Amino acid sequence: MHQYIIKRILMMIPTLFGAAVLVFFLMRAIPGDVCELRLAGTGATFDPDALRICQQELGLNEPIFLQFFSWIGGFFVGDFGTSMWTNQPIVSEISLRFQVSMQIALMATLVSIVISIPMGIISAVKRNTWVDYCVRGFSIAGIAMPSFWLGILIILGLLVGSQALYGEPWMPPINYVPIWVDPAENLAMLIWPALATGYRYSAVATRMTRSAMLEVLREDYVRTARAKGLVESVIVNRHALKNALLPVVTVIGIEFAFLMGGLVVTEQVFNLNGLGKLFVESVSNHDYTMTQALVMLVALIFVLTNFVVDLFYAWLDPRIRYS
Amino acid sequence: MAISELPTSVETAAPRRRTAWQQFKRVARRQPLGVAGGAIVILMILMAIFADVIAPYDPTAMNYSAFTAPPGTEFWLGTDQMGRDVFSRIVHGARTAVFVGFVASIVGAGIGLVLGVGSAYFGGKIDLVFQRVMDIFMSFPLIIMALAMVAIFGTGVDKVIVAITIPFIPRCARVVRSTALSVREMPYVDAARSIGYSHTRIILRHMVPNVMAPFLIMITAFVGQAILLEASLSYLGLGVQEPTPAWGLMLQGGAELYAESAPWVAIFPGLAITLAVFGFNLFGDAVRDMLDPKLRSQ
Repeated sequence: MHQYIIKRILMMIPTLFGAAVLVFFLMRAIPGDVCELRLAGTGATFDPDALRICQQELGLNEPIFLQFFSWIGGFFVGDFGTSMWTNQPIVSEISLRFQVSMQIALMATLVSIVISIPMGIISAVKRNTWVDYCVRGFSIAGIAMPSFWLGILIILGLLVGSQALYGEPWMPPINYVPIWVDPAENLAMLIWPALATGYRYSAVATRMTRSAMLEVLREDYVRTARAKGLVESVIVNRHALKNALLPVVTVIGIEFAFLMGGLVVTEQVFNLNGLGKLFVESVSNHDYTMTQALVMLVALIFVLTNFVVDLFYAWLDPRIRYS
Repeated sequence: MAISELPTSVETAAPRRRTAWQQFKRVARRQPLGVAGGAIVILMILMAIFADVIAPYDPTAMNYSAFTAPPGTEFWLGTDQMGRDVFSRIVHGARTAVFVGFVASIVGAGIGLVLGVGSAYFGGKIDLVFQRVMDIFMSFPLIIMALAMVAIFGTGVDKVIVAITIPFIPRCARVVRSTALSVREMPYVDAARSIGYSHTRIILRHMVPNVMAPFLIMITAFVGQAILLEASLSYLGLGVQEPTPAWGLMLQGGAELYAESAPWVAIFPGLAITLAVFGFNLFGDAVRDMLDPKLRSQ
């Protein structure tokens, strides 16, 4: 197992390095110069002095490979540079928002597990009945529905619902409170984006659970269990589900890594100051250093999540560990 | 009498050869959802082509006497906060969505097709390096990748197409490559090589036509995603820009603010996006099932 873990950790390095190369050189592929764009973005014509000062500040006048290695080198000593927009260190800008996004991501994953696994099981057990069709329709709708629209609908529903129930419109709180300070306030704010994101992501996991269950339910040992007269619920929950969960775990893990993408839009709808919003802001402000850092963070989350999923997988299935 | 014999001989042959309508009924029975999706797809395409004819108003014209007018006989789906007809904007938005969806999917899948087949054909180190690069591209969610591209290229319809096309390339290349690997081992490829055809000719004339099934599957799967991506980018203010009518953009213009007082501004464009993506996805699933039964369980 130790050997397996070490091997997996080593495999993460080339992917991350590749992502760094990709991001860095793509950002440098912009026609013109980062500084030019930034100064031109302010609208007024800019003088060449300002351009030179800007380039000097950002180290853009140095050879490109030197720039690359000083950027990469910074990672090892915890120096991620400063935001070109706010001039604040990137680490502090990100850590401010990390908590919000992480909490939504975890809650959304939870929502998606709670929705997808029972629905996938029901759908597989009642295959080709109206229950199955309803579940599948529900999950296809989840893929087709943009999460920002679902967010708008949730806000609309809350407004109309609270108006009807209490006589005055209620909106989720606007100011973020950490969960250990005031759990009720915190959840009242973050449960809605988690629902909007989680529903969307449950769709893939539901499909996966359904098809994995269908496959397992055809296995010989399920037939044996039926033949010896076990109750159907025991067969489904004990014999089939345990073996069907492996691919589902993978899918949920990969989705967690991709949750960052969903958050970009959802945070905008609910006006949450999270990483997704920071990403959108940094893109629209031409804040290249911040965009680079955030893209790298997404790559890191992706790689780490895959690592954890693989470990979990190896733990669940000994055949992988020893191969 | 020879003439009168002719119809009978045709009649005896008729049961074997199905008419287009019979064939359609057969497909409809097997793929009811796919046919429903196909109907939505056709509706969207017709809306896109005949937008000028269908839309009762100019999608950019502001009616100063009717801000956020509710749906009714004058404005079928109401007007938005600038007095523009929501229905006309949705119809014209279909044009933007379908255009971006098709161009991004076809170009993205097309480049992916050539790269995937090339990688499989040359094999060895080229293939290995290519695979790693594709892996890296794939480790970003579609929207993150598209946003990074917007950061580089900027906003507007043409740039949004580029931003959506690029993340599609590795996704198609990977699928096509796996099929192309088996095509490469076919005797006719060896034959083509032994005749002395160039690499380009072998790739384009002999291998590409034989990986059409996964290629078509990828295109149909991409269109829905592209429409959703375009809507998301436009919603974030980083996609299609005003005054071009686009569904995501319609939701951006303060739809949340007007959610309560004028819910139609927020509801209908989202419904249009959902319906379009739903239709293209169902259609894509049906195409996949018909072209590749092996993928059906996924």
